[in-house]
Amino acid sequence: MSIKSINVLSRNPDHYMRETKYDIHKVQRNYDPTLHPFEASREYKLALNSVKLEKVFAKPFVGSLTHTEGVSALCRHPSRLSCVFTGTVEGELRLWDISHKKCEWTVQAHSGQIWSIVAAPDGNSFFTVGNDKTIKKWSLDKAKEGDHDLPIDTWLSDTIVTGISHHRHRNEFITCGERVLLWDASNKAPKFSYDWSTSGDRNDASVASIKFNPVETDLFASCDYANNIVLYDTRAKEVKKLKMTLRINALAWNPMEAFILTAASEDYNAYSYDIRKLNTPDQVVNIHKGHTAAVLDVDYSPTGREFCTASYDKSIRIFRTEEAHSRDVYHTKRMFKVSCVLWSGDNKFILSGSSDHNVRLWKSKSNEKMGIMRARERSAINYAEELKRKYGHFPAVRRIARHRHLPKHIYNAKNEQQIMRESRARKDANRLKYSTPGKKVHIPARQKVVVGLQDDGVVGFQDMDNMPGTSTN
Amino acid sequence: MPLLVVLLSFSVLFLLLPPSLLTLRELLIAKMAKQQQKRQFKKSNKPQKFRKSEVKDGMQITEFKVNQKGRAKKKRFMGRKVVPSKLLQKYSKGEGVELKTIGRKDSCVQNKMKKKEKKIKWAEEESARAEILLTESKGQLEAEEGTYTSHITQTEIKKAVDITSAAKSFDLNLDQFGPYKMQFTQNGRHLLLGGRKGHLASMDWITKKLHYEINVMESIHDVCWLHTEVMMAAAQKQWVYIYDNQGIELHCLKQMDRVLKLEFLPYHFLLCSGSESGFLNWLDVTLGKEVLRTPTHKGRLDVMCQNPYNAVLCCGHPNGTVTMWTPNAPEPVASILCHPHPVRAIDIDHTGMYMATVGVDRQMKIWDARNLGKCLQHYTISSGASNVAFSQKSLLSVAIGNIVEVYRNVTLGGTDHAYMRHKAGGIITDMQFCPYEDILGISTYKGYSSLIIPGSGEPNFDALEANPYISISGRKEAEVKALLSKVPAELITLDPLSIGQVDIPTLKEKLEAKKALLYVRKPKIDFTPRYRMKGKSGSSQKFKRKQKDWKLKAASSKMIQRLKHMDPDHWLDSEAVKFYSPGLLSLLIAVNYLFFPINFGSRLKNIVISITV
Repeated sequence: MSIKSINVLSRNPDHYMRETKYDIHKVQRNYDPTLHPFEASREYKLALNSVKLEKVFAKPFVGSLTHTEGVSALCRHPSRLSCVFTGTVEGELRLWDISHKKCEWTVQAHSGQIWSIVAAPDGNSFFTVGNDKTIKKWSLDKAKEGDHDLPIDTWLSDTIVTGISHHRHRNEFITCGERVLLWDASNKAPKFSYDWSTSGDRNDASVASIKFNPVETDLFASCDYANNIVLYDTRAKEVKKLKMTLRINALAWNPMEAFILTAASEDYNAYSYDIRKLNTPDQVVNIHKGHTAAVLDVDYSPTGREFCTASYDKSIRIFRTEEAHSRDVYHTKRMFKVSCVLWSGDNKFILSGSSDHNVRLWKSKSNEKMGIMRARERSAINYAEELKRKYGHFPAVRRIARHRHLPKHIYNAKNEQQIMRESRARKDANRLKYSTPGKKVHIPARQKVVVGLQDDGVVGFQDMDNMPGTSTN
Repeated sequence: MPLLVVLLSFSVLFLLLPPSLLTLRELLIAKMAKQQQKRQFKKSNKPQKFRKSEVKDGMQITEFKVNQKGRAKKKRFMGRKVVPSKLLQKYSKGEGVELKTIGRKDSCVQNKMKKKEKKIKWAEEESARAEILLTESKGQLEAEEGTYTSHITQTEIKKAVDITSAAKSFDLNLDQFGPYKMQFTQNGRHLLLGGRKGHLASMDWITKKLHYEINVMESIHDVCWLHTEVMMAAAQKQWVYIYDNQGIELHCLKQMDRVLKLEFLPYHFLLCSGSESGFLNWLDVTLGKEVLRTPTHKGRLDVMCQNPYNAVLCCGHPNGTVTMWTPNAPEPVASILCHPHPVRAIDIDHTGMYMATVGVDRQMKIWDARNLGKCLQHYTISSGASNVAFSQKSLLSVAIGNIVEVYRNVTLGGTDHAYMRHKAGGIITDMQFCPYEDILGISTYKGYSSLIIPGSGEPNFDALEANPYISISGRKEAEVKALLSKVPAELITLDPLSIGQVDIPTLKEKLEAKKALLYVRKPKIDFTPRYRMKGKSGSSQKFKRKQKDWKLKAASSKMIQRLKHMDPDHWLDSEAVKFYSPGLLSLLIAVNYLFFPINFGSRLKNIVISITV
């Protein structure tokens, strides 16, 4: 025998197979790259699969809360997730238990539309404003008991009140309408009246919406029918006034970066402003496009990374704060004009109130799996997310990820508006090209929408008096 | 001790000092005292490892001394063991991005890339560390001094190894239906045999369990497993057939005719064939759809192999060239002139780095399969080899007639002597190293035999890629997973990592196109209105049309009647035709009358109109 030493591969099957069928299978790993060929292309295929699965699981609609009238106002409880107030155009106020989709309490709060509902910071009471020139305060505890149908407090205003916002800490709230009024809850008469937007020649400027800043608590912003966005300070007076080319319907502050103000505009867009840069030409941080009709309401997610908008085009859209195009669009066959929208406190749901007598409950992430998940499921989802991120810029992946089915009216309107936009851009470019050099200047889209700014004593970058919308006659 | 000496010497000095210098003495003493204090302080600060250590209930309990000053104890743990750089190289995912070239210093982009690179480095290191968990070690064979391993026979090896390994070496005497073709499955568990005279058999060769054995009553030219051991393809006389693991014919692939060589790309689910007429064919077995069928224009295609690294097919041709093919182009992506004579056999190792070719010219050449056209080694062998095969651990076996020789380190310069050598019972027609086993399977004219070649197989398998011990349910699940991650055929390229790289030319083109895009002129739309039959298909319209036709016919027949009775001169006086030369017109009428007697009226009208126009 000339063999000095020999060693042949001989595996003991017991080391590689499970003992009984109740054990888990043994999985022997070897990370040697030569045993794992086509790493990149297989990963790409998995990314493609996961983005397809995302589409398969994208079922955002959770349920609807039926009303007898069109819904005009929504408000969530500051600390309870399932507690939501809704108000209708006929003045009905409802308290909902969202987790059971059950209406807990109904009351005829106002004669005429409920314009806005707001929660007191302690969460024990709610304020409603309606067409009957009253501000009513409702107790949540009494509402939970059931048959109680009287407000715990009422304030009378001499004009219609269209919006209300409560101070973060103090017992104060502001209302808007023909005048912007600051109220102390312990007094029946308003504490202060802000007459900037309503005084004198600009009498047509009825204020549509008003919002307190959640961080700089004395600051608040309003938007009115004269296309203005006005910043106020309760300690001083009006601070700044920005005029836009078209009307702003609603406002929302970013809860995390409270210097960002987002406005829902009549010109189908939503605009994000940086109030620190309001005096400079780049005050518009972003234009969020996508809707094909006027945007009626906007609400931020509690994380401050996303917001959703409600529109007259029978859809709601979700935008990332830093992106110009929507991340998602929700619509149903039966949903009509959406007048109000609300992001839930746990960042998982969106509520939309529409004029088809319904409040709809949507998932904020359309393909998210609800409920408890096992660790393996969680890790599989995380892996898929990472793959989608990694391969998101590949044309095949991006095409699937970006595609949304749109109803015909939105699809057609979108195409039509695209043509209009292109022709306008072409015209501008031609003007720029064929005019004497230096005579025409290119104005960026973000600056085009702003007409001018009026500051306290400081003259803005454009003169306010020369603005077309504000002439005295 | 030196301190004491110094002190003594100083004290002697002090005694000798005059009293006027007493103050200086005092000063000196004070200074020394301070120094001593400092030394003591330093001593107390030295970390003392532990106060006491005792054994309690079989456990050693050590109390560490807490520093009085409350300072943190020095760390004793020096970090993890450093991974050797050679091992890191094995798991390397590339050089990574040169951070300096991306963005400004400490910019957001650069930081992002930095984080990413860090993650990749971490992954490389962890996978290198995981090597410690591998359980099996590579086989090896050593001969006593003065002898060669090639002289060691299989019977000697069989005697020396354990009984389970010895059982893996066996012979199948099948002298009726040879010569045989063979193949192992991906996980090395099953064996498929196909005899030229129609014998087809599959078996679990480790347990020696026969799955089925049939005679297809046709010649079999090649056999090939599909993605699992339940399906296999056999290239028969005319078509390629697919059988299941009971020998039931599942499909007859008439797209592949007169096939000589079959290959299966397991990650792409493509069955590839080379035919007698020189056609290459890729067939997606999941859909049953032909991906590409292309002629090579180089004669019979019986020498073919796949590159396991990039799924490119390599064909050896009678004119001495080796061509590489992907299903995305009807012409080869690469072509090398390897031998001045016909290529007899070809194989590529599983890292995709080396290609071995054998020609009729008794030459065996090792090529760099990535840097094409570079011959790394060439050897002269005793006669033209019929087969070559790489093992997972890069041993190379060469079949010459009825002798098989196995070489080590062929890529690094080669050896004078074969590592192992075996004389088979008949002329060898096919051979393959069994994956994850130290076995070389050879099939001959007279059957099949498996040889023990220590150190040929990969000792540690990855159960998620190929598991020899997989259960049936596991196999089913793996099949589903494999189908879901089926790589599209379009991604087969020479460089399989190209999908992860930036497509620079396209990006450049895109940027240029963007630059060129000016809003100056409206883009011209190439629009031609659709030809529409204006409402001719409706039933009422059809009815009307019919009536109209009928009326026309009636009118024309009347006209013909009239023409028959009419004097032609008189007829030509009518208004419509009087401007034209009567001779020509009458000729036309005559012609029309001759050829189209029925539709005469309408024809005539047409002619008149055409003339007027």
